[in-house]
Amino acid sequence: MSETIKQFLYLNRKAPYGTIYAWESLEVVLIGAAFDQDVSLAFVDDGVYQLTKGQDTAGIGMKNFSPTYAALGDYEVKKIFVEKESLEERGLSLDDLQHLVWEDEDDDYAEKDSIKLVSRDEMAAIMDGADVVFSF
Amino acid sequence: MPIEVNGKSFETDEEGYLANINDWEPGVAEVMSKEDDLELTDEHWDIINYLREYYEEYQIAPAVRVLTKAVGKKFGKDKGNSKYLYGLFPYGPAKQACRYAGLPKPTGCV
Amino acid sequence: MSTLHTVNKSPFEKTSLDACLAHATAGSNVLLIEDGVYAATKGTAVEQRVKQALDSVKLYVLGPDLVARGLSDDRVIDGISVVDYAGFVDLAAENDKVQAWL
Repeated sequence: MSETIKQFLYLNRKAPYGTIYAWESLEVVLIGAAFDQDVSLAFVDDGVYQLTKGQDTAGIGMKNFSPTYAALGDYEVKKIFVEKESLEERGLSLDDLQHLVWEDEDDDYAEKDSIKLVSRDEMAAIMDGADVVFSF
Repeated sequence: MPIEVNGKSFETDEEGYLANINDWEPGVAEVMSKEDDLELTDEHWDIINYLREYYEEYQIAPAVRVLTKAVGKKFGKDKGNSKYLYGLFPYGPAKQACRYAGLPKPTGCV
Repeated sequence: MSTLHTVNKSPFEKTSLDACLAHATAGSNVLLIEDGVYAATKGTAVEQRVKQALDSVKLYVLGPDLVARGLSDDRVIDGISVVDYAGFVDLAAENDKVQAWL
């Protein structure tokens, strides 16, 4: 069995509900999590809208998949990068987003933050460093 | 084909999963397990109830790996392994237990 | 001849809103729906453009689409009216036609 661990970056640039991209990305991330790769998620442009808290889709008759982002920690997805400039252009701050955590088994299941706010330059470097980029 | 539970009829898909998760009641698991010649014990119900709680919170059925880890944490390390879970649900914990719990087939499960 | 214009795309991804505002004549009604509702929120890069539009057209935003996206009414720019589906129907009925900007 190959021991090669690749760095996978899932690039999310679409708002939820208006198109199917956000949900499709989440499904692929959850499926891909079974393959023991080094997974990072990037939220850029309208993609940052996927993480807003308090989403309630009862009025539009669609499945609310925002609670599923909180399961990412269970799937060993611990690196979620959110671009600062994208938030600011949309009048949002980190406080407007869900608080996502993962549990560190080696540290008595301590909850650690998954989301890291990064600048556009830092995001560019993260993209540059990835072996594979999946775009949604 | 629909499933008959306590005089009610619930729609299922071609693989036997409930079409509507809100139709679920404990009788669904009883009827499905009887068809599989499986008697549900408290240990089975622990898993079924846990799956329902997980779905309620995250809106997905957990992958087997995630379920295994969570069961170990919640019900004791000796239970957090696939041998224990397959012992309870021979057709696979995710597939069979999720079906009994009225959940859709787990994402990524073929 | 009154027209209800609808915009269902995010202003950060498509030019639908800009195109709509550039063509909507004074006194028109513009309803933001689906991903178009993001244009109605405060503090965005398009806020000034939207506020300017309020001088000549009446702007509405569909409430259920805001709520779905986790955006509360207090995030909506002053002067934009939040309507529900019944309000959408009323707008469609009150105007002579509906023009969608996709």
